[in-house]
Amino acid sequence: MSMKIEKIVGPAIPLRGDDIDTDRIIPARFLRCVTFDTLGPHAFEDDRKQDPDHVFNQEKFQNAEVLFAGNNFGCGSSREHAPQSLQKWGIKAVVGLSFAEIFFGNCNAMGIPCAKVTPEDLETLYKVAESDPTVEFTVDVDTLTVSWNGGRVNAEIPAGVRDTFLQGTWNATAVLQQAEGDIQAVANALPYINNFQ
Amino acid sequence: MGKTLLDKVWEKHTVRELPSGQSQLFIGLHLIHEVTSPQAFAMLKELNLPVKFPNRTFATMDHIIPTQSQARPLVDSLAEEMVVALTESCKEHNITLYDLESKQQGVVHIIGPEKGLTQPGMTIACGDSHTSTHGAFGAIAFGIGTSNIRDVLATGCLAMSKPKVRQVRVEGELKPGVYAKDVALYIIHKLGVKGGVGYAYEYAGSTFENMTMEERLTVCNMSIEGGARCGYINPDQVTFDYLKGREMVPEGEAFERAVEYWKSNASDDDAEFDDVVVYNAQDIEPMVTWGINPAQSSPVSGHVPNPENLEGAEQTSVAEALEYMQLSGDQDIKGIPLDVTFIGSCTNGRLSDLRIAAEIAKGRKVAENVQAIVVPGSMEVARQAVAEGLDKVFKEAGFEWRLAGCSMCLAMNPDKLQGDQMCASSSNRNFKGRQGSPTGRTLLMSPAMVAASSIAGKVADVRELD
Repeated sequence: MSMKIEKIVGPAIPLRGDDIDTDRIIPARFLRCVTFDTLGPHAFEDDRKQDPDHVFNQEKFQNAEVLFAGNNFGCGSSREHAPQSLQKWGIKAVVGLSFAEIFFGNCNAMGIPCAKVTPEDLETLYKVAESDPTVEFTVDVDTLTVSWNGGRVNAEIPAGVRDTFLQGTWNATAVLQQAEGDIQAVANALPYINNFQ
Repeated sequence: MGKTLLDKVWEKHTVRELPSGQSQLFIGLHLIHEVTSPQAFAMLKELNLPVKFPNRTFATMDHIIPTQSQARPLVDSLAEEMVVALTESCKEHNITLYDLESKQQGVVHIIGPEKGLTQPGMTIACGDSHTSTHGAFGAIAFGIGTSNIRDVLATGCLAMSKPKVRQVRVEGELKPGVYAKDVALYIIHKLGVKGGVGYAYEYAGSTFENMTMEERLTVCNMSIEGGARCGYINPDQVTFDYLKGREMVPEGEAFERAVEYWKSNASDDDAEFDDVVVYNAQDIEPMVTWGINPAQSSPVSGHVPNPENLEGAEQTSVAEALEYMQLSGDQDIKGIPLDVTFIGSCTNGRLSDLRIAAEIAKGRKVAENVQAIVVPGSMEVARQAVAEGLDKVFKEAGFEWRLAGCSMCLAMNPDKLQGDQMCASSSNRNFKGRQGSPTGRTLLMSPAMVAASSIAGKVADVRELD
């Protein structure tokens, strides 16, 4: 069993923009590695080089644990290196308008809740974080809210995924293993497993 | 009410409903490669677990493989380390590996179909988003990350939520000069890059029915660019004819049994879909992307949108794209100057793609301002192309004929754009920095359009070649 994740509390980093793909989160050249350990400092490396004011460059956001993002965050490549680099950088939860599916699945399997909020609420969150980077936000997986000293908005995580965090089953290996006999039965019933002999 | 192919395949592969409400889904074919699997094998070692179904797991190396010299050890020591890691993991766990020495190496989504590993009615997972490609056979195939790879290695299963199904129907005959790639780009343009999130796409209608397997592979490959994690086409005679005689496909009576099984997985005539969209093939022109995501595209006869005529978020995203691409609003697509052209990738690196491009290249010359490269999708594709003399046609026309690999599609290998070079590419992504230079620029199009544009030295309409 993995650790139960009920809430994440910490300062936030407000990353604006839609359709930010995983190539931008971690450019492909950093995928030439056999561990994830060294990825943290390379998160958004090319975006940061071209934009000195990029939020990931700003000193005041370096302690952030919650990432605020726009629409379709994490689209493109399935590389888990993307959420791994964010996690190594310090991110423990992502709050955004919407998430690409594979990125969302990878975050789930790594224990990073991704919660959706409405455009109006995201704008509020952006503004609070931008005006005071020390504000601590609570992403509450149980009550499905994002709150801070002065406000609270509703958030959305699909029920099945939310339960994996609350039950501590987001690292699915052990759970999947429990059905050992059933797995073999399903495999045996598929004619292609024995090449239709 | 009838069932969709997704319903049937999902049902047959469901081990149980998990306490979270997700399905425990059995994965019938697991494809792995050097980039996203080493960490998964390390996790497995930490858990002290074997690979549960080594016979259902197949490996190759593609992303980091150079296309100019594949002599070992590879010049890039990090790439060599990854090749060694995959080789050792496969040896340790008795996994079949199509490596360079086997002479059967290639892009994972090219060799799966080529060897007959990919079959209708399977669930297929691979640590690569373009795994959707395999759906062309009527399989449910999707990309996964490394933690998921660990789960499949350890248990043969994934914890998944069942997607909804949108039928994307295209009817009619494609106009001359319009290819499967254009259909894919057209659909993404219509439905957007996140239109498919939460859905599997079932491609149906006469346009897809009339496509060859290789064309269907191109369409399904691009599903993920529209946000759909998987896309599929119901298996039919075209599928069965393609599979017959391939290395991993059963023969004789077993083949007949297989065909019956494959047919039984197709969507029922009265299947209900969560959504249906219908397009007319006659409305589709050769497509070219002008922006930084695959939905930002236009018919080649059109022009770049002008942000001044747009509002809100769309205005912002178009302006951002045009700034990065160094294009101006209302600029004609035709005539955009090029520095590099690339024919290859899991989208368009198959034999039929090379044949079409070679036909255009034959007797013509690549423009002086352009570096043009052709990268076969697998060693087998390369052998067949050479047997047909396609390599000679390309070389005579001034294209570089390379060795098999992912090459400039994602530039994890030496094939990269330099500075802000503009590249006409038959690949699948035009993201910022995708082709290896943080300021490099990509225009996605069909291999035919890339070939025509290579000759012209600028974006050209393949229908207007002299």
